[in-house]
Amino acid sequence: MRIQRVLAIVRKEVKKTVREPEILFMIFLFPVVFMLAFSTFFGGAGGEQPIYEIGVVNMDEGGSSQTLLTLLSKTGLLSPRLYGDNETAQADLSQGKVKAVIILPSDFSVSLASYNAAPGEPGKWVNTTITLFLDKGSLVAIQAVPPILQQALAATAGRESQAVLNPFRVQVASLVEVKTLSAFEFMAPGMFTFASIYILMMVAQAFIQDRVNGMMKRIRITPITPVEFITGQVFSYMLIALVQAALVFATVYILGFRPNVGLATYLFAFAILMVFSLSNVGFGLIAATLAKSSGAATGFSFLFLLPQLFLGTFVGMSLSQTAQIAGRLVPSYYVTDALASLFLRGASILSPAILLDLAVTSVFSAAVLTLGILLYAKYFRV
Amino acid sequence: MERLVKKYEDVTAVDGLSLRVEKGELFGLLGPNGAGKTTTINILCGLVKPTSGLVSVYGFDVQAEHWKVKRLIGVCPQETAVYDYLTGLENIELFGSLYAMRGDLLKARRKTLLEKMGLEKDAERRVEKYSGGMKRRLSLILALVHDPQVVFLDEPTAGMDPQSRRAVWGFIRELKAEGKTVILTTHYMEEAEELCDRVGIIDHGKLIALGSPRELISDDEVGSLEELFIKLTGRRIREDA
Repeated sequence: MRIQRVLAIVRKEVKKTVREPEILFMIFLFPVVFMLAFSTFFGGAGGEQPIYEIGVVNMDEGGSSQTLLTLLSKTGLLSPRLYGDNETAQADLSQGKVKAVIILPSDFSVSLASYNAAPGEPGKWVNTTITLFLDKGSLVAIQAVPPILQQALAATAGRESQAVLNPFRVQVASLVEVKTLSAFEFMAPGMFTFASIYILMMVAQAFIQDRVNGMMKRIRITPITPVEFITGQVFSYMLIALVQAALVFATVYILGFRPNVGLATYLFAFAILMVFSLSNVGFGLIAATLAKSSGAATGFSFLFLLPQLFLGTFVGMSLSQTAQIAGRLVPSYYVTDALASLFLRGASILSPAILLDLAVTSVFSAAVLTLGILLYAKYFRV
Repeated sequence: MERLVKKYEDVTAVDGLSLRVEKGELFGLLGPNGAGKTTTINILCGLVKPTSGLVSVYGFDVQAEHWKVKRLIGVCPQETAVYDYLTGLENIELFGSLYAMRGDLLKARRKTLLEKMGLEKDAERRVEKYSGGMKRRLSLILALVHDPQVVFLDEPTAGMDPQSRRAVWGFIRELKAEGKTVILTTHYMEEAEELCDRVGIIDHGKLIALGSPRELISDDEVGSLEELFIKLTGRRIREDA
């Protein structure tokens, strides 16, 4: 493989990007498709209520805590998962596997019994504290879990209203930053993914244009090999994705998204976005294979773009349960999940959930890119 | 090429074409639209695989030894295939790099070609600002940047003004003078008459006449190559079809 040829292709593509900003959205079609898809995912269709998993470390020495757990389950919103120790629960919280962790104290049953014995005499109660850790990366966790827990505790004490005094105090753990994140901050990780998705449309357009105007034919006459050509294309789009990610990161930083993470986390974020860009090159090639014109390429690009947009970026924050499961089928889901865990939950780049996200993204990207190259090569030759 | 056949489903684009072009010859491939000229050129430069038959360039089988053939040939396609978003110079440098040309050699070659084609003053302008004729001339430069031994020119002067056309004719003559083999397709019969050592007229994928323009005109007792063409093919030549 001659680097000179690969670099020539990279230079050409970069110049094209700089000099010929493409119109990515159709003027009329996009708003219609966007609104339809938006209403499908966020409107009535498929609108069953999502259930969020919460971790429970039950140290209660009596049996009354079971009542609380049953009541939490009955809300239809939360699904308690029992943990044997706080450490494991915290690890899962940091990786986004549960939205919150509730620590039930050893004297929970004793406290409830004291309350039931003298409900009108607070002086005789054994007061106890339930510790609550929340997923900083989840709007639901921060806004919904504390009042639901308070309600369930009140119901456990036999009171319908949490306004009535009871011996239970909920303390949001001090070691967890409970600053309420803005909607923008919640969306930021998904925005990084969102921006990168549009590369697929650019790839589809570039290949179609080169095919239609005879440039692909002209390039095929030269001694450049298919491997050199594809390598040049892939490198150039990875470079574009890198610059794009840097711009998006810089923009959101300026706008106030400043997660307390180190350089390694940022480097990892760039790396996973680079890997993700490969899948978009692959999807772009598939769209270019299916399309015969520039307009058709835009249309076909949306077939790959919309599912990734709705199921795997910030748009998918409030998805239905079905859509959340469907999200597992698109690579953007794993990228957003990793970025949210890193930037919002403070997960380590070496934590299993993050590494799993990277692995799935890599496998997805390699598979889609290979499929794209094979399909394009079969029908149009490169 | 020997007994060359190319079929697209039920259409036979090239039908048993056999032809030999000598080294250093300037050969014109003529024919009405859809006669199979471009398909033949595409087969000759390895872009299209023939259904049957043999094609070789300088003794190398175009299909089996296409990597060797690619270094020997230069192709100026019918489409004005140049990158609009690059400058003329950048287009030349790109294709020079694809032929793995060294920097100093490429620099010298691009200077020569730009001068010959009268594009040196516009070399650093983006191609999107070029006229149609300038783009065609640049397209010709791209085909020749690596100094090929065999040059395929598919309608090289289509859409050019008379001055540009004359300039390109002069350049094609220079190529012949340099000993290069040139195969051109053209709609312009006077172009073929003016430039070609021999011409081959094909219709429905078959070779229906072969010889020097002068021989063909005198043998068929017609006044010009255009008359002969119409006599043989029974059609008017149309540029726009």
